[in-house]
Amino acid sequence: MIELNPFIIFFAAIFTNNMIFSNFLGMCSYIAVSREIPTSLGLGQAVTFVLTCTTIINYLIYHYALLPLGLDYLRFIVFIISIAAFVQLLEMFVERYLPNLYYALGIFLPLITVNCAILGVSLFMIIRNYNFLQSIGFSIGSGIGWTLAIVALAGIRQKLKKASIPKGLEGPGITLIITGLMALAFIGFSGIVQIQ
Amino acid sequence: MMKGDSPKKIFKMGLWEDNPILVQIIGICSALAVTNLMINSLIMGVGLIFVTALSSFTVSLLRNYTPKHIRMMVQVLIIAAYVIIVDIFLKAYMPEMSKALGPYVGLIITNCIIMGRAEAYAQKNSPIPSFLDGVASGLGYTLVLLVIAFIRELLGFGTVFGIQVLGEWWTPWTIMIMPPAAFFILAVVIWITKTIQEKEKDNEKGQVAN
Repeated sequence: MIELNPFIIFFAAIFTNNMIFSNFLGMCSYIAVSREIPTSLGLGQAVTFVLTCTTIINYLIYHYALLPLGLDYLRFIVFIISIAAFVQLLEMFVERYLPNLYYALGIFLPLITVNCAILGVSLFMIIRNYNFLQSIGFSIGSGIGWTLAIVALAGIRQKLKKASIPKGLEGPGITLIITGLMALAFIGFSGIVQIQ
Repeated sequence: MMKGDSPKKIFKMGLWEDNPILVQIIGICSALAVTNLMINSLIMGVGLIFVTALSSFTVSLLRNYTPKHIRMMVQVLIIAAYVIIVDIFLKAYMPEMSKALGPYVGLIITNCIIMGRAEAYAQKNSPIPSFLDGVASGLGYTLVLLVIAFIRELLGFGTVFGIQVLGEWWTPWTIMIMPPAAFFILAVVIWITKTIQEKEKDNEKGQVAN
C-alpha cells in the first residue's frame, strides 16, 4: 500500500471523499439542522472538534488496548462508549461556558453521539489502516468537509424559503435534490486526488 | 393479554404511515450508501431488521429495570451487542459481502431508526409488540432500500440481483451508481410518497365532512 501524506488525506477528505457527498455519513443532522447558517456553522464546528478528538482517542484505544488484547471485534462497543462519554463531557462544558451556543444547538448536541460521521470516521480509519498522523489528517479533513457541506446547504436553503416548491417536495425532498446537485459539483474535484 | 397495538396496525405504521426513511427521514445514511446493488441492500436490510427487532425486544424487557438517566447508554450497548453479532456472522459466512458493506455494518449502531424505535416505542410497550414494531420498521427500511437499489442497479449496470436483465444494447448510466443519483432517487421517492399521503389525508377529511 502506498503511504499517503497526511495532508493529501486531509484535502481528499474535504473535497473528493467528502463525508456527505461520497460517504453519506451524518445525513440525519445534515438535513435536520441546515436551515440557518449560524446554527449549521456551530454544529459543524462541534462535529469537527468531536470528530478529531474521538478519532485520536479511538486510535489510541484500538492500537494500544484492543489489538494487543485480541479484542478488536469489540471495537463497535468501545468506540461508541468513548464517543458518548466525550460528547457528554463536551455538553457539560458548553452548557457551563458557552450558553449561547448551547441554546442554539439545543437537542442536537446529544445527537452528535449518534451522528454516523463520527463513528464512521473511526471505522474508516481502521478499515483503511491509517497510521496516527494519517488518522489526524483524515479526521480534521472529514470534519471540515462536513462543515463545508452543511454550511453551503444552509446558505442555499435560506434563499429557498421564498421559492415556491411542489408541496410533496418541500423540506427533506428538495434538500436531498440540492445535495445531489452539490454532490455532482463535488465530483468535479475527483480528478485531483483519490483515497480509498 | 398483551399490552399494545395490534400487529396489523404496527405493520401499517412501520411500512407506510410512519415509514422510517420516507416519513421520518431517519437512517438514510446507509440507505444511500449501500443501494448501488440490490444484494447489498437486501443483506443490509436483513441485518437491520435483526438488530432493530431484537434490540427493541431487549430494551422493552429491561425497561422497568433501567434507571432513566442512563437508559441511552444501556440502549446503545444493547444495540452494539447485536451489531457485533451481525458483523461477526457476515465476516464468517459472507466475507465478500462484509467487505462490500465496509463500515456501514458497524454504522447500524448509529442508525437513528433503532434508537428511535427504542425510545419511541420499546420504552413504553411490552416485549412482543416492541419486537413486532422493530420488525415492521426494519421492513419499511428494507423495502425502500430495495426500491432505490432496483432503480440504481437496473439503470447503472443493467442487472437485477446481479442477473443481466437489459441486453447488450443498454448503455449503463454510470451516474446511477455514483452518489448524486442516490440523493436524486431518494428525493423523488419521498416526493411521490408525500404526495400520495397528502391525498389520503385529504380523502379522509372529506369523508368526515360528508
